[in-house]
Amino acid sequence: MLSGLTVSERQLSLVVLGLLAVCGLAMIGAGRNDDALGTHGFIVLGVSLGLTFLVISRYFDPEPSQERLSEYYDDPTRAGIILAMVWAVIGMFVGVWVAALLAWPDLTFDAAWASFGRLRPVHTNGVIFGFGGNALIATSLHVLQRTSRARLPDQFSPWFVLIGYNLFCIIAASGYLMGLTQSKEYAEPEWYADIWLVIVWVVYFLIYIRTLQRRKEPHIYVANWYYMAFILVVAVLHIVNNLALPVSLGHAKSYSVFSGVQDAMVQWWYGHNAVAFFLTAGFLGMLYYYLPKRAERPIFSYRLSIISFWGITFMYMWAGSHHLHYTALPQWVQTLGMTFSVVLLVPSWASAGNALATLNGAWHRVRDDATLRFMMVAAVFYGISTFEGSFMAIRAVNSLSHYTDWTVGHVHAGALGWVAMITFGSFYALVPWMWKQGRMYSPKLVEVHFWFALAGTVIYVFAMWNSGIIQGLMWRTYNDSGTLAYSFIDSLVAMHPYYIARTVGGLFFLIGAVVGAYNIAMTIRMARAAKVREEAGTDVPLPRPVATAMQAGE
Amino acid sequence: MPTFHRRLERSAIGFVLAIIGVSAIGGFVEIAPLFTIDETVEEARDMRVYTPLELAGRNVYIREGCYACHSQMIRTLRDEVERYGPFSLAAESQYDHPMLWGSKRTGPDLARIGGKYSDAWHVAHLINPRDVVPVSVMPRYGWLQRNALRFEDLGRHLAAQRALGVPYSEAMIANAAADARGQANPDSSEAGGVAERYGKATNIRVFDGDPGRLTEMDALVAYLQVLGRLTDAAHKPVPAAGK
Repeated sequence: MLSGLTVSERQLSLVVLGLLAVCGLAMIGAGRNDDALGTHGFIVLGVSLGLTFLVISRYFDPEPSQERLSEYYDDPTRAGIILAMVWAVIGMFVGVWVAALLAWPDLTFDAAWASFGRLRPVHTNGVIFGFGGNALIATSLHVLQRTSRARLPDQFSPWFVLIGYNLFCIIAASGYLMGLTQSKEYAEPEWYADIWLVIVWVVYFLIYIRTLQRRKEPHIYVANWYYMAFILVVAVLHIVNNLALPVSLGHAKSYSVFSGVQDAMVQWWYGHNAVAFFLTAGFLGMLYYYLPKRAERPIFSYRLSIISFWGITFMYMWAGSHHLHYTALPQWVQTLGMTFSVVLLVPSWASAGNALATLNGAWHRVRDDATLRFMMVAAVFYGISTFEGSFMAIRAVNSLSHYTDWTVGHVHAGALGWVAMITFGSFYALVPWMWKQGRMYSPKLVEVHFWFALAGTVIYVFAMWNSGIIQGLMWRTYNDSGTLAYSFIDSLVAMHPYYIARTVGGLFFLIGAVVGAYNIAMTIRMARAAKVREEAGTDVPLPRPVATAMQAGE
Repeated sequence: MPTFHRRLERSAIGFVLAIIGVSAIGGFVEIAPLFTIDETVEEARDMRVYTPLELAGRNVYIREGCYACHSQMIRTLRDEVERYGPFSLAAESQYDHPMLWGSKRTGPDLARIGGKYSDAWHVAHLINPRDVVPVSVMPRYGWLQRNALRFEDLGRHLAAQRALGVPYSEAMIANAAADARGQANPDSSEAGGVAERYGKATNIRVFDGDPGRLTEMDALVAYLQVLGRLTDAAHKPVPAAGK
């Protein structure tokens, strides 16, 4: 892959890696009294030195030929898919572990890093940012080039974005294990990681805008609207919510510039729109490209696409305050948040309906093709969880659901049923294209993955719906004498069977992801074996046949 | 609309600006007024700031991710008020950078946990929750009792908080480390300064049962014992707006 870089790009890489190494050294120096900052300095230094070694080892390779400029640049997409699957397995494994800890709290080591409170953000960030983020970067670079009919502007910046982003994820996850967190949900990484992410994100945006400027299609395709909204709005949210003052430049610890009620509002404006623009907009970009491609049907309605895009972009930003019903947040803000959350159902269902209507005429494919079925089920879960979201934002419903497992169930209906399903569907479409194979290594394993994923999601979500509603009801039940009927501990005991069920559901989903990772890895091996055969030509004895023979016509 | 939109789709920069403009409105309308409308945060004249030891304990609470399972926000609902105490006021978290309202109650709300249990109960509970609550699913935090508290740089923490608007005085910042030691050791000469700077009602005790060492357990228990006790505003009738 590295020999694909031109000599000047190799030089630029060495300069950037040198700067990164200096940053690492500075962190080690600044953090000599503060373990965590120093440890992160060593990680940064190690990564930059390792990559420097790699670049130098390929430095004198011949320049790539000019012919490359007439092709799309897909190496970063291939790497992004692999990284996404690695993070999926890590993030979901930790998820199953923390789920099990709620049923069996001593199922861990007597060490600070292995306690629930430190593992949980590793799970949430591992799946959202590690798995989801890498999937978004990988697919966006692919979709961007195809729908613009233009190659990426250069070969250095996509690698900078991909590797830089994963460095951010590593710093975040390792930080949580060391107890480094800003405590803001889904914005836990400390100030220096946040600054690094801003730099990475600006380069990501520049790739997008530079490629669009070179496009040979007059119109920007709808998938790119969503990817752009994802990049832009996440940047704004990230910068505002992470405004913080470090204790000193030698401390990893910082204090949020906001406090109390303002901080709560900023956090949930961020938190809800991380769902909207990271976990919805970006993945709708995926849906709008891979679903019609796989179904071989055009998008049902252009008008619906416009309505849902601008509806989501405008209205989601008002909805965050529904996380703060009945709290010390002024009631006018709660009411605004509730109103927009309910109206938000219109653009959300416009998207889901548009996706499902696109499948009209292709339902036989949905039946036969697990890849397309992943995407169909994703659209259905998108519809279900956005309906549920609008419902839960109603103040009276929220009085029951808030603080309970119902919220957790809702999030997982979206995260497992929508985000992960559309990603797996897109990957199963994309991997054969990227590695030039006619199909996945095993279509049967795609089928296996589909049923594990669907069963896991359903078990998980039903368990959490039950536990959440029971919990909410027990907390507010009065007995005949007019006093509260249940202690908090009573409600906790009632949760036990559901906590076991959710662990099982999560385990199913993890097994599915492992099967998927294996299938993708074997497809890549298949491609390598084919390449070896091709290069060997006829001048050597035929290699032993690979486990799965190529199909005729591939 | 489709013709207008078809034109917009032809301009990348135009599209970018449209996205930023359209998405900016909601947040601006909902967030900016929270800083300008005075009624957003009630007046609480008796409100005190966290002592250095309590602030250190708060940072332990954040570090261990306690907020993932415990809220600190009692809603204005009858059952919550009867279970946990008076509903939370915005004033009570006005010095909380960041706020720890939380979003989930795997365990109970802690907004008014201060003074509800003894220090010894908290220590035993944190070392192994199932020793005192047999069906609890809370993790054990045994290392809090083993880890010495890092208190030398608490002055810098207080200074950073002051830069963000928390009313710490010069004396509080200068004596932060000594105050942290003094609050957990009432027999030491440093204990007097704590009451002087933070008020007579401040808890000055050996929180973890061992006066010889200042541990993370001391800090966390000191923090838990002050939750809901920085002001009495929530226990008084709320004055009508504008008076």
